[in-house]
Amino acid sequence: MADKNGFFDLSKTTLSRRTALKGIAAGAGLALAPGFVRYSQAQSSAPIRIGFQSHRTGIGAAYGRWYEKTSAAAVKAINDAGGIAGRKVELVIEDDGTDPARGAEVVNKFAKQHKTDIVFGTLFSHVVIGSAPAAGENKIPYFVVSEGHHVASTKLNRYVFQPGITDVKSQIQSMAPWIAANAGKKVTQIFPDFAFGYDHRDYLPPALKAQGADVIAQIAIPPTESSFTKYFPQIPAETEVIYHVMVGPAVLTFVKELGEFYGSQRPQLFGFMDSLEATDINSPGLEFLDGSHFWEGSPRYAQPDDSAAQKAYRAAVGIDDNGAAVGDPKDVSTASHMFGCWETLYVVKKAMEDAGYKGPEDRAKLVEATEALKEFAEGPEHPQGPKTFNGKIHQCFGIQNISKVEGGKLKVVHKTKIEDGLYEPEGDYTTQAL
Amino acid sequence: MHFGPHLLLAALEGLVTSAVLALTALGLSLVFGVMRIVNVAHGEFFMLGAVLAWAISTAISGHPAIGFAAALVIAPLLVGLVAFLAEWLVLRRLNYNPESTIVATIGMLYIIQQLALTFYGPEARPVEPPFSYRILLPWFGYSGYKLSVVAASAILLVITWLVLTRTKIGMIMRATQYDRETAQAFGIPVERVYAGVFAVGAMLAAIAAVLIVPISQAHYLMGQDPLLLSFIVVIIGGLGSLRGTVVAAVLIGLSDGIISMFFSPTLAKIIATLVVAMVLVFRPQGLFGTAPR
Repeated sequence: MADKNGFFDLSKTTLSRRTALKGIAAGAGLALAPGFVRYSQAQSSAPIRIGFQSHRTGIGAAYGRWYEKTSAAAVKAINDAGGIAGRKVELVIEDDGTDPARGAEVVNKFAKQHKTDIVFGTLFSHVVIGSAPAAGENKIPYFVVSEGHHVASTKLNRYVFQPGITDVKSQIQSMAPWIAANAGKKVTQIFPDFAFGYDHRDYLPPALKAQGADVIAQIAIPPTESSFTKYFPQIPAETEVIYHVMVGPAVLTFVKELGEFYGSQRPQLFGFMDSLEATDINSPGLEFLDGSHFWEGSPRYAQPDDSAAQKAYRAAVGIDDNGAAVGDPKDVSTASHMFGCWETLYVVKKAMEDAGYKGPEDRAKLVEATEALKEFAEGPEHPQGPKTFNGKIHQCFGIQNISKVEGGKLKVVHKTKIEDGLYEPEGDYTTQAL
Repeated sequence: MHFGPHLLLAALEGLVTSAVLALTALGLSLVFGVMRIVNVAHGEFFMLGAVLAWAISTAISGHPAIGFAAALVIAPLLVGLVAFLAEWLVLRRLNYNPESTIVATIGMLYIIQQLALTFYGPEARPVEPPFSYRILLPWFGYSGYKLSVVAASAILLVITWLVLTRTKIGMIMRATQYDRETAQAFGIPVERVYAGVFAVGAMLAAIAAVLIVPISQAHYLMGQDPLLLSFIVVIIGGLGSLRGTVVAAVLIGLSDGIISMFFSPTLAKIIATLVVAMVLVFRPQGLFGTAPR
């Protein structure tokens, strides 16, 4: 036997369990100790590290994947053009499971362990609301792409920003006149039973009232529901418009069952694209949607009047004219929302360069520089359209698209103006201490 | 909507839920009854059935009914194979120890779920129903396919009952369930029976999933609800009792449909869970189960 000393025989080595445990504990302590992470002292040449809180798993997973693709494309474009103030940008991705508790953990991890410069990228409103306190405690700027009204409500804290996508209150306010004038005056609302849905529940009725229309019923559906027919009898018979906004994996079932319930004698339908993000509108059972209208943040289908910037953005992210991944027509994107990641990263670039940002010690300067921003011109950095930014409520304002389902595609029939979506600020983050 | 049609719609919805639930829970109940194993991964076999149904039906072109029929045959067989391998690779090595197998099946749950996320993706994908006939009632329209699911499930339940009570295989399974040692003493290859039962249990879940997937799409997290509801049904119905499982499934399905339509879906879940608690307190063996000797 070659192994005379029992070198390879674990039972004969002197490594006792206690020694092994000590070793593991020491190793773990070392890994957790401050200063273990490289670049804890940012040098001018070190990359800018952006913590990306991604919905890789859980009900937001389809969005998470496309948010990652878009952000990766934006980071590549920024780096190819010289980075932020000459420094390379690097994304550090952590999965939050589309879960508020894990979201807060992830923000803590970015701040304490990865020591990223900022945190970025969250969509689902309950995760944003759950994570925002952690961002405030760690004093780390938190740039979300969520479209909920929570940031603009000034109920979060000074470190939370939403500069790349408009909020629900503004979206509703700018579209209500079109709904009242073109779809109908008696509206039944169907929305998910959590924060994002409550924005719709709370802001649609006053917005429609101002246009002489009424919300006659509001139906809240749990976000994990998988079957919807049981809710439809609650829709009053005199309904002229069904206003639907659903999220999660069962959205297609929702639309299909609505089709089975009503057949061709349906009320007008006005939906938020959230009801069908990452879903092919030509899926079996969706013929029923033909002729209905949708809100779109950024149009899924290429439009005849697309700007050069919009075309370049679509090519960079890798989506074709139908809004699906280039080379895989079945892999439909979340085009209506994901542009916000692209635009937010360019806002971060602008704010960091304005602030002369060097490293985590300059985070407060970055907050102030972001608050000082006023407007973003339409162009390669803001392909969805021009925007204004209100530094007091940390929220941008922009145009909305209303699209009609026609011949298996979505055609933009109306674009709102920035002014349509402006409202009185509900507070002022800049009065909070940094 | 008036009370009559409203109740009719609630009952129809409840029946569809019951039909799918009965098949899924029957699979869980068989495994539970014969092997004394709490299969926490049961919902993932359900999910796997749906995901495979999507893969098979998209791979086959032509009329949607052809793809669906192929999925109805192939998907359960593949899921059965996966379950068979899992039984051979994991459960057998643990000597079917009740505690260890719970932990092992929890592990299987995560492995299957994450593999589905990796290879299938996070999207919910639809399968075209074999036919899309819309039954037009005076008050509302209803999917003809949904009603056919109820019929298909009823036929499958009758077949399972016939196999269990009228065939030699069924007798062997019942003998193993009744007393493992005596069965072995009589020359019954208990391990092979176990492997077979575990595979069949998973296949029943897969069939239920293929039936439901044209109604609700395939998604990698879809196994959670059926697992919970199946446990509720098995506990109420009684361990390893086919009749109990079916009665409990109809009870839970209908009450879920009716309560969630007239009150709220959350109340339906509260009541179902409360019923489980009551059954556990006052009749631990379930409505139709036999008390342990």
